[in-house]
Amino acid sequence: MSELINELPEAAFQQQMLQLAQGQEVPEWLQALRSAGAREWRDAAWPGRRTELWKYTPLAALRKQRFVRGSGSLPAWSTDLLLDVDAIRLVFVNGVFDAAASSPEHAAVVRFSAADAQQQTLISRHLGHVATTKRHLFASLSNALVADGVLVHVGRDQALGKPVHIVHVTVPQAEPVLVNPRLLVVLESHAQLELIEQFVSDSQVQNGFVNSLTEIHCGAGAQLRHYRVNLEQEQLLHVSGVHVDLWRDAQYRGFTLAEGSALKRIDYQITHQAAGANAVLDGIYLPRNRQLLDYHTNVEHKAPHCTTSETFRGIVADEARAVFNGRIHIHPQAQKTLAELNNRTLLTSDRAEIDTKPELEIYADDVKCAHGATVSQLDATAQFYLRSRGLSEIQARSMLSFGFINELLQAIEQPALREHLHAHLQRLFAESLPMTVTAP
Amino acid sequence: MLEIRNLCARVEGNDILRQLTLSIRPGEVHAIMGPNGAGKSTLGNVLAGRPGYEVTGGEVLFHGKDLLAMEIEERAREGVFLAFQYPVEIPGVSNMEFLKAAVDARRRHRGESELSSFDFMKLARDAAKRVSLDQAFLKRGVNEGFSGGEKKRNEIMQMMLLEPSLCILDETDSGLDIDALQVVAAGVNAMRDGQRSFIVVTHYQRLLDYIVPDHVHVLAAGRIARSGGKELALELEAKGYSWLEDEGV
Repeated sequence: MSELINELPEAAFQQQMLQLAQGQEVPEWLQALRSAGAREWRDAAWPGRRTELWKYTPLAALRKQRFVRGSGSLPAWSTDLLLDVDAIRLVFVNGVFDAAASSPEHAAVVRFSAADAQQQTLISRHLGHVATTKRHLFASLSNALVADGVLVHVGRDQALGKPVHIVHVTVPQAEPVLVNPRLLVVLESHAQLELIEQFVSDSQVQNGFVNSLTEIHCGAGAQLRHYRVNLEQEQLLHVSGVHVDLWRDAQYRGFTLAEGSALKRIDYQITHQAAGANAVLDGIYLPRNRQLLDYHTNVEHKAPHCTTSETFRGIVADEARAVFNGRIHIHPQAQKTLAELNNRTLLTSDRAEIDTKPELEIYADDVKCAHGATVSQLDATAQFYLRSRGLSEIQARSMLSFGFINELLQAIEQPALREHLHAHLQRLFAESLPMTVTAP
Repeated sequence: MLEIRNLCARVEGNDILRQLTLSIRPGEVHAIMGPNGAGKSTLGNVLAGRPGYEVTGGEVLFHGKDLLAMEIEERAREGVFLAFQYPVEIPGVSNMEFLKAAVDARRRHRGESELSSFDFMKLARDAAKRVSLDQAFLKRGVNEGFSGGEKKRNEIMQMMLLEPSLCILDETDSGLDIDALQVVAAGVNAMRDGQRSFIVVTHYQRLLDYIVPDHVHVLAAGRIARSGGKELALELEAKGYSWLEDEGV
């Protein structure tokens, strides 16, 4: 592992990141987006403590490493990490495409580097247009460095019959690698898709920085089930943005789960662009040890008769910190909006911390909105009840933690994923809880 | 099987049990009655090891072992069962998963192997039937959205599955209608086998029409003020508890 070095000054860090863009093999039709991204990234004021969007999430960890671009060769990794699901699968290891672990080519799922002229036009039309860099600084870095990516395109009235499963594996390297995964999903009107994004580490010990950006265009009446699971560990640094545009009567149903790492920041930016759209987003965050995990969600209601339902639950253990910021912005023309946002956090140790802030900004008068946030600890009476039936203290705590998020797990409609996470989390709680028992 | 000697206990700084002494032999049913605040529920909670109930004196031997030195779960695995006055709702934890973990813990403690899911299901379905609980309750969260009566029946079902040697029923009759009371009592009576002992804590004589005790004790001011046979319960029902004060206990 590389040793941590002194923090680079902010401007030098921004400059260093851009140096990674040099010498990349890039298709001509992506150049304009890259140049614009580089300009924005270079000119952006670096976020500090007074920057509202980054108030609780210091970025110093990023500036303590010198990142390199992946070498282009495929590191060794364990395929046991893959979610076992019958799907159209693309696997990337430290950003390098692993053809052997991926499904045979499928017309609807194509890498930018293999896109035909028509697909290039489609990509150019949407890439960097769904994503907004205004509230998501790292989207401009993603633009500046984009050289390849994945396009999922489902045509009008079509469905693929199988989920699309995109996996990003990170493997520690001698020098920490910057990985810049890019995904563009275009659903034409009344198209349907089930999409699973899986981020996973090959080892408990990690270095590197993943800056991931997913853009989703849901055309009129399109329906998307989108599962996104971040299970990378510890020293890996991860910044993600998921940007979704919903057009008339489109339906987006998202599920996101993240374990922590030294720095993990995930932004969801959902925009109701036309009337009748519906968004549901369920989230689970599980930082432990000394991890930091930050979710920022922002839903823009720009059209009338749209609905949003957002439910986030977190369990923060040990000395970990979590941040949840859920903003819903209802524009003046978005009459008859129904929006609700609920966030509940369980702190299982005295030193665990959550900063939670639901934000409703309402500029229309005929809307129904509700939000709530609670923070609690493991219920002592419930612990006594379980132990009085013979369960050990650890079993009791583990069971109560699991119970806290189980409702959201049960709501996962993809059975393979539900079972995978169920087993994984039961193991996680059983392993991690002994460390969280506070001294009497 | 249970020897309580000069037990003193404190809750939130108040002395509740004062030198309570009670001896229970295998197979016996002891009813503990008494006015509100006498310490009836405290006794059950102290025996089960509830946090916040501080023992300040005396000792309790359970099958010859020092019960008070044991952790909560150890007591349970050794065979102590407290049916809660207010069973706890735990949303998100399935009743079935919880019950299997409890039964497995008890079995491991006895040196038996864990049950297969199939065998456990059979056992649990049978127990649910015996307390007239619909099997759907097994799949729900622990006590989640159960009515008062359903919660109490769930307690008795747990008792059946765990096969404790000492069952403590803490005001199990409170909040029960007569039908539920009969179901609960029938469950308890079915478990009386000449070896298993019971402490039945109740405010009213009514429950004792269905679960007939061998001994009745009146608890007042943290100790046993009077003991007798089942007829004592009838006497209490007729006279109330005010005579305790008249007799200066």
